[in-house]
Amino acid sequence: MAETVFAPWDDANEKPLIRFRNVTKRFGDFVAIDDLTLDIYEREFFALLGPSGCGKTTMMRMLAGFEDPTEGAIELAGQNIAGVPANKRAVNMMFQSYALFPHLTIWDNIAFGLRRESSDKVAIAERVDEMLKLTRLEKFARRKPHQISGGQRQRVALARSLAKAPKLLLLDEPLGALDAKLREATQFELMDIQEKTGTTFVIVTHDQEEAMTVASRVAVMDEGRVMQVATPTVIYEAPNSAYVADFIGDVTLIEGVARARSTPATGPATSAEEPAPAAQTVRTPQPNALGLWLHDKVLAPVIGARKDIVRQLPPPSATEAEPAPNAPVEVPSGGVEIDWADGQPPLISVDGDPALDGKRVKLALRPEKVAISKSKPQAVNVLQGKVIDIAYLGNLSTYHVELANGTMIKAQTANTRRVARRDITWEDNVWVSWSGTAGVVLDT
Amino acid sequence: MRRAALIAIPYAWLLALFLIPFAVVFKISLSDIALAIPPYTPTAKDGIWTMLSQLDFENYVFLSEDDLYWKAYLSSLQIAFISTVLTLMVGYPMAYAMARAPEAWRPTLLMLVILPFWTSFLIRVYAWVGILSNEGFLNQFLLWIGVIHEPLTILNTPTAVYIGIVYTYLPFMILPIYSALDRLDGSLIEAAEDLGCSRLKAFWLITVPLSKNGIIAGSFLVFIPALGEFVIPSLLGGSGTLMIGKVLFEEFFSNRDWPVASAVAVILLLILVVPLVLFQQNQQRQTEAGA
Repeated sequence: MAETVFAPWDDANEKPLIRFRNVTKRFGDFVAIDDLTLDIYEREFFALLGPSGCGKTTMMRMLAGFEDPTEGAIELAGQNIAGVPANKRAVNMMFQSYALFPHLTIWDNIAFGLRRESSDKVAIAERVDEMLKLTRLEKFARRKPHQISGGQRQRVALARSLAKAPKLLLLDEPLGALDAKLREATQFELMDIQEKTGTTFVIVTHDQEEAMTVASRVAVMDEGRVMQVATPTVIYEAPNSAYVADFIGDVTLIEGVARARSTPATGPATSAEEPAPAAQTVRTPQPNALGLWLHDKVLAPVIGARKDIVRQLPPPSATEAEPAPNAPVEVPSGGVEIDWADGQPPLISVDGDPALDGKRVKLALRPEKVAISKSKPQAVNVLQGKVIDIAYLGNLSTYHVELANGTMIKAQTANTRRVARRDITWEDNVWVSWSGTAGVVLDT
Repeated sequence: MRRAALIAIPYAWLLALFLIPFAVVFKISLSDIALAIPPYTPTAKDGIWTMLSQLDFENYVFLSEDDLYWKAYLSSLQIAFISTVLTLMVGYPMAYAMARAPEAWRPTLLMLVILPFWTSFLIRVYAWVGILSNEGFLNQFLLWIGVIHEPLTILNTPTAVYIGIVYTYLPFMILPIYSALDRLDGSLIEAAEDLGCSRLKAFWLITVPLSKNGIIAGSFLVFIPALGEFVIPSLLGGSGTLMIGKVLFEEFFSNRDWPVASAVAVILLLILVVPLVLFQQNQQRQTEAGA
């Protein structure tokens, strides 16, 4: 991460590179994009995320110049680009199928765009070699696309679309054709290249993990509308709607009626636009790798062994450790309570917006923030249920716990020990618990 | 063993249907004309050794001395070449339009291209006589709309031969080009435009090179049969059009000179072998590229 936080979207003086202004796109009766307004800033890595048919590809094709908006304007660097044909835009696209020209060598593929605008052979060769180096393809320059692997083809497509140094690079599901391992490696490579070239990237994907990994901001789309635009952290920790919460990651949604809690909130702000406070815990400065090495190799004999600062971090919250029996739980004040089932204690969410008082709401709970145990823990929200399903993912296990009224809750634990103590198994009666800040209260 | 048997079948076909007839024709071309049945001498009845000892290249020498034959070969090559180019110019846009047509229409369009084959080839060529003659439909129509005031003489000119060949062999040009264009990924054109090509430039730089195999296959499928074409020049071309197919027919049936006719056929085959080998190589390359 950079020293200064990259967040041009929070800076009122910053001019966006791309502006969608009330853009609507219809295909016959079908509304692909519905009155969309969106700003994308220079040097951003912007992800359009959504299920197939949500309009994300249409948005990208409008940016590339293959489609024109039915209504509204798209501005690139302050100029309306509606009606400017694709070959006249300072925008390049990396196609989902890569669209490499099969009759041309890798070298000629990368040079293709450059040859259209200049006849300076030396400059073209220089630029192509630079691109080959950037994407580590020097060895394959003389091959044809069908003579290289899928991962290499992907890099050729990237090199070709970057060769003309576009203001904006569009990536349409760029990693869709790669296998999981290669995809992960390529995601980091993409981020690296984006940083090196300083190009603005807009990526279209339906893979939320990919969007979260690479993007500076993510726009979650559904049926032609943008549901939420925010950083991956905010999207994950503070989704603004049940749709976003459900689309990104795994979530349990519990429906109920909200009731403002009598004591006013003294804790953090109640706006759902901010990351959950759990992520903002004040941390003491940490030595970096060099510091640790210096300490261990040079300073240790003089000032003694380094204390492992990592262990001095704030103690794990009640949800993580096995709770000490009968340890008192401090219930923070403020927020809302949710009455979700007859005869059950209300669920407390300290960050809940008291303005939701009396409304039907959904409490969104991430499985990793829900603890599971066999004995009753001390926590703000504690419920009893039965284990129905266990999904063992290797590093994690997800338990599906059915509560008395039939509601399913997902709880996740990290398998930190190699030999799991399989004390929780199917049909076990267990307790699930979470803190007052773990859930997000969403208006339905 | 089984593999050998599998390979043996096509080779047996080749032997029975091509090599043996060719050997027979070649042998006749080395014989002399005779008033007999069959109309040449010597035959195997004279004994193998006598027969072989009497064969000579006299007929080939005769062909090289009479410039009628050379002119006929050259004229055939010229007509076949020009017709192939014309067929390509007519067929490519049609194939392109078919490949760009909505998916639902394509089977119908394909069927329309093949539809003429359902009628006899001879009848279709005769129909062109009715269309192109001085009193034909085309002249009557042009006179009626007032474009011309005197009927155009098209029938019995090389123009009529070109029209006939283009019409007859058009499907052989369209189908391979269509199949090449149909496989063409539309995003390649978009990618070319995205990288700064105009529509036309993208067509020349991407579409044409990628349909090259279809163009080559279609051209050979038109050129090879057009070279030896007999029916179209004799029905539409009149006496003025010199084509080797017609010469062959005359020698064989009018002159009953089987040995000379066979020599003409053998030379025609040799001329065709060159494009045939090229065609074969192209097909092979295409299969390799596809693999």
